[in-house]
Amino acid sequence: MSLKKKISMTVNGQLVNAEIESRKHLVDFLREDLHLKGPHLGCEQGACGACTVKVDGQIIRGCLFLAVQANGKVVETVEGLTKNGVLADLQESFLRHNAMQCGFCSSGMLLAAAELIEKQPKATREQVREWISGNYCRCTGYHSIVDAIVAVLDTRAKGQTNKPVVAHA
Amino acid sequence: MKSAAFDYVKPKVLQEALSLLEQGGDDARLIAGGQTLLATLNMRLSEPSVLIDITDLKELQGITVVGDQLRIGALVTHTEIEDSELVAKHAPLLKAAAPHIAHRAIRNLGTWGGSLAYGDPAAEWPACSLTLQATMIIHGPAGERRISAKDFFIDLYTTSLEPDEILVATEIPLANKQEVFYFHELARRHGDYAVAGLAAVAQKQDDVLNHCAFTFFSIGATPVMATKAQDLVNGQKLNDELIAKAVATARDEIEAIADITNSAEAKQHLIGVLLERGLKQMVA
Repeated sequence: MSLKKKISMTVNGQLVNAEIESRKHLVDFLREDLHLKGPHLGCEQGACGACTVKVDGQIIRGCLFLAVQANGKVVETVEGLTKNGVLADLQESFLRHNAMQCGFCSSGMLLAAAELIEKQPKATREQVREWISGNYCRCTGYHSIVDAIVAVLDTRAKGQTNKPVVAHA
Repeated sequence: MKSAAFDYVKPKVLQEALSLLEQGGDDARLIAGGQTLLATLNMRLSEPSVLIDITDLKELQGITVVGDQLRIGALVTHTEIEDSELVAKHAPLLKAAAPHIAHRAIRNLGTWGGSLAYGDPAAEWPACSLTLQATMIIHGPAGERRISAKDFFIDLYTTSLEPDEILVATEIPLANKQEVFYFHELARRHGDYAVAGLAAVAQKQDDVLNHCAFTFFSIGATPVMATKAQDLVNGQKLNDELIAKAVATARDEIEAIADITNSAEAKQHLIGVLLERGLKQMVA
């Protein structure tokens, strides 16, 4: 029996090879081995959503998924999705509506919100609340987070994009 | 917390998985979606020596229509059920129930078969499978056996699955045009385990419901059917008086068990609340 396993996966567009213990969950691998600090660890039992990352295009709980299970798969974190612009208008909207606060839940909130916008582009405010109920905000800043997501749904529905709050260099 | 150490194997075919399960004995655990298992490992509530990842097994995948049955593979995720047009057409109760299961990030991994095999009395799929008269298709060292949902759920987290067996798929009779359904659960927060829930189907003709199946969950040690209330309603014109009688009968015939935050009395009350709402919606 070997407790260490060789794995290979694509993380934010780059092929990664590693040898890890079977018991290491995906977010510990991303944070400790790859130094990606965007996905956070909160409860480690699937309740809080701070660890949300994408695997093969879908959001998952990174604390309820082993790194060894990700062998051969495509993993995306907030770092990669920020760089390629997928989250850009959500991030602008979070800034505009002061939905960041301490930032601990933000990466998970952004990834969950992005999947909602993709899957339910006509979501109501109530449906936005239901959808993000799986992501805890310790500052209890839900109101502004819901505002920010609803604003993106509205502008997308009108075929527009959000104007930047901050001028980018 | 972090899990204890374990080995991990990923068989390619069902026979290999069954052999590994036999070799591993009590120390081996199957993993598919792992949305309950990983939490118990992280909390060290469970310390298996080997995880057998069954997600490559073809026999356990996919949603298909086979004759007059909807076959749902054990590896089908909650999201796949939520998004499936076949499910929406042939088992609409399941589509209605899916969004109540935890949250999207969990539904993207958690599986139909995992939920059934775990047998959590608060979970949605055991109750739905009982209501829809599902047949469990199980493989073990002796080959295939089939068992009805009615005989599958035995006790708290206990099913009739033997330790050396794997749940491969289930078959559900296709819904016809007369089928009406109701699914609701009362929870403190959307996605949390229900305080009480009801999965119901019936065949509707005007104001009459036939072949009623009312299954309550988060109420007892297993999902539980209100058989006397079903018999009372079957074939009768549904009016306020009959609904009141059915509510009283269901509350009387089912003995609710308290959980950590809700008393048995509260749950007993909610049985009636859910059934009243369900009957009114199904006949509307």
